[in-house]
Amino acid sequence: MADASGRDAVAAVWRIESARIVGALARYTGDFALAEDLAQEALAEALVSWPRDGVPREPAGWLLTVGRRRAIDAFRRRSARDERYATLAHQLGEGGAATGADPAGGAADPDDVLWDPDRIDDDVLALVFTSCHPVLSREARVALTLRVVGGLTSDEIARAFLVPTATVQARITRAKKTLAAARVPFAVPPADERAERLGSVLNVIYLIFTEGSTASSGDDLIRLDLAAEAQRLARVLARLVDDQPDVWGLVALLELTAARFPARTGPDGEPVLLEHQDRRRWDLTAIRRGRAALARAEGLGRGLGAYGLQAAIAECHAVAPSVPETDWERIVLLYEALGRLAPSPVVDLNRAVAVSMARGPAAALAIVDELEGSATLASSHLLPSVRGELLTRLGRPDEARRALELAVERCGNERERALLRRKIADLG
Amino acid sequence: MKYMLIMRATDEAYASMADVSMDEMIELMGRFQEEMLRAGVLLAAEGLEDPAETVVVDHGSEPPVVTDGPYGETKELFGGFYLLNVASREEAVEWAKRAPGTGPGFKTEIRRVSTIDEFPQDNPWIQKERAWREATGQL
Repeated sequence: MADASGRDAVAAVWRIESARIVGALARYTGDFALAEDLAQEALAEALVSWPRDGVPREPAGWLLTVGRRRAIDAFRRRSARDERYATLAHQLGEGGAATGADPAGGAADPDDVLWDPDRIDDDVLALVFTSCHPVLSREARVALTLRVVGGLTSDEIARAFLVPTATVQARITRAKKTLAAARVPFAVPPADERAERLGSVLNVIYLIFTEGSTASSGDDLIRLDLAAEAQRLARVLARLVDDQPDVWGLVALLELTAARFPARTGPDGEPVLLEHQDRRRWDLTAIRRGRAALARAEGLGRGLGAYGLQAAIAECHAVAPSVPETDWERIVLLYEALGRLAPSPVVDLNRAVAVSMARGPAAALAIVDELEGSATLASSHLLPSVRGELLTRLGRPDEARRALELAVERCGNERERALLRRKIADLG
Repeated sequence: MKYMLIMRATDEAYASMADVSMDEMIELMGRFQEEMLRAGVLLAAEGLEDPAETVVVDHGSEPPVVTDGPYGETKELFGGFYLLNVASREEAVEWAKRAPGTGPGFKTEIRRVSTIDEFPQDNPWIQKERAWREATGQL
């Protein structure tokens, strides 16, 4: 087997198996940071051995066996200092002797004690909650989740976020130290913490998705892959936690948003606004999946959360044949509900746009004017951009021009700036 | 990226499975599907009915010729699929005749897609699959 294809095979297996390998090792060692190190060591060993000897018949069992051996080594080293580790090393060693699994032999016993199918879901769920723990910075949560749950390498994460690999590695190292220092247990959080912790998990997945879907610069393909990875994580989560409206709401939001990806850029990569998108290019299967997930969220009967409300707004667009035929009144109501649940000037601004479609630009301008003092929007191009649009429709071209020029000044994305300049040119 | 896994097997391969019980087969497929669901990678899945009932519309002549059996002598590439909701095989054949791409070598294989209702409903793997189809709007 050629080196490159051997490495590709390792990467592919790792994408599929990393979560349960890290999860199983974390459960057995009770030490998340150590488990991640061990899993990475097993991966490094596979990268040497598989291209040379071929991919083993049970690749996951092979990786787990190597990981466990490294765990025993680590515990033996530590046992000189601490009696507890000697016991652990002994217990783990017995497990290994019982199965007789041998990485060099290329196959591990599927009945391996670490490989308990009934525990996999719990392990992966504990892994998700630990990676997204609130003691970590947002950047650390994102990097750790992509690495241990998503099975991405530091290189891949670095490329996706346009930062040096060393930065990603440093974030992950630091995150593991933080978790250890805070004595975060490797477990699914107790019931009283669960809602809050789930919120953090959903937020991390959402951040990964938006990072992937707002391609402000860099390689578009890689960014889109990040969005797809977020969708995969959301589906994994929905399978593990299927009784929470917010989880299904997030799945729905990601599906319904991603459904529009094929239509949101033109032939030269320029952004195409919703109103000008060719709706035939929307992904109907993604819309179907998104609507099914939203129905599931609604069906739980506890109301929609912030993600579900945004998904419901996306659904209004998804089912509308055109911009004028969109149920804008419903969108206004959904934005009002969203604003009460998660007050934000950005939500108000979006509501203003919906109001302009439902009731005309004058009613919308009143909302926009109220947002003028908002600190959140002070340096954003969004407010003057919407304002310019409304003033244009109200037949006040001089004021519209001033607003749009301010928007150009504030906008960081070259493609969007071009769009704003076209609007200014259209004013004559 | 989306990939389609196309399950193809030779007659010998199908014959070798003759002794495998239905339950065993469902369980094998169920486990595989479960793994893909666990990994969050499965978007849609369909199984195709017996090739013996299959017809092929060959666009090599005008009008196109309808023949039995899915496979010709030359190597053929499965290029994708359309999923249609029609009343009969004849109706499906009619649509296939209108498919783009005419000329020698262009063929459209028409296979009936099994529905979940055709499988034993008390089988736990089938129940799992039904739940997944309900959750993803695919029933």
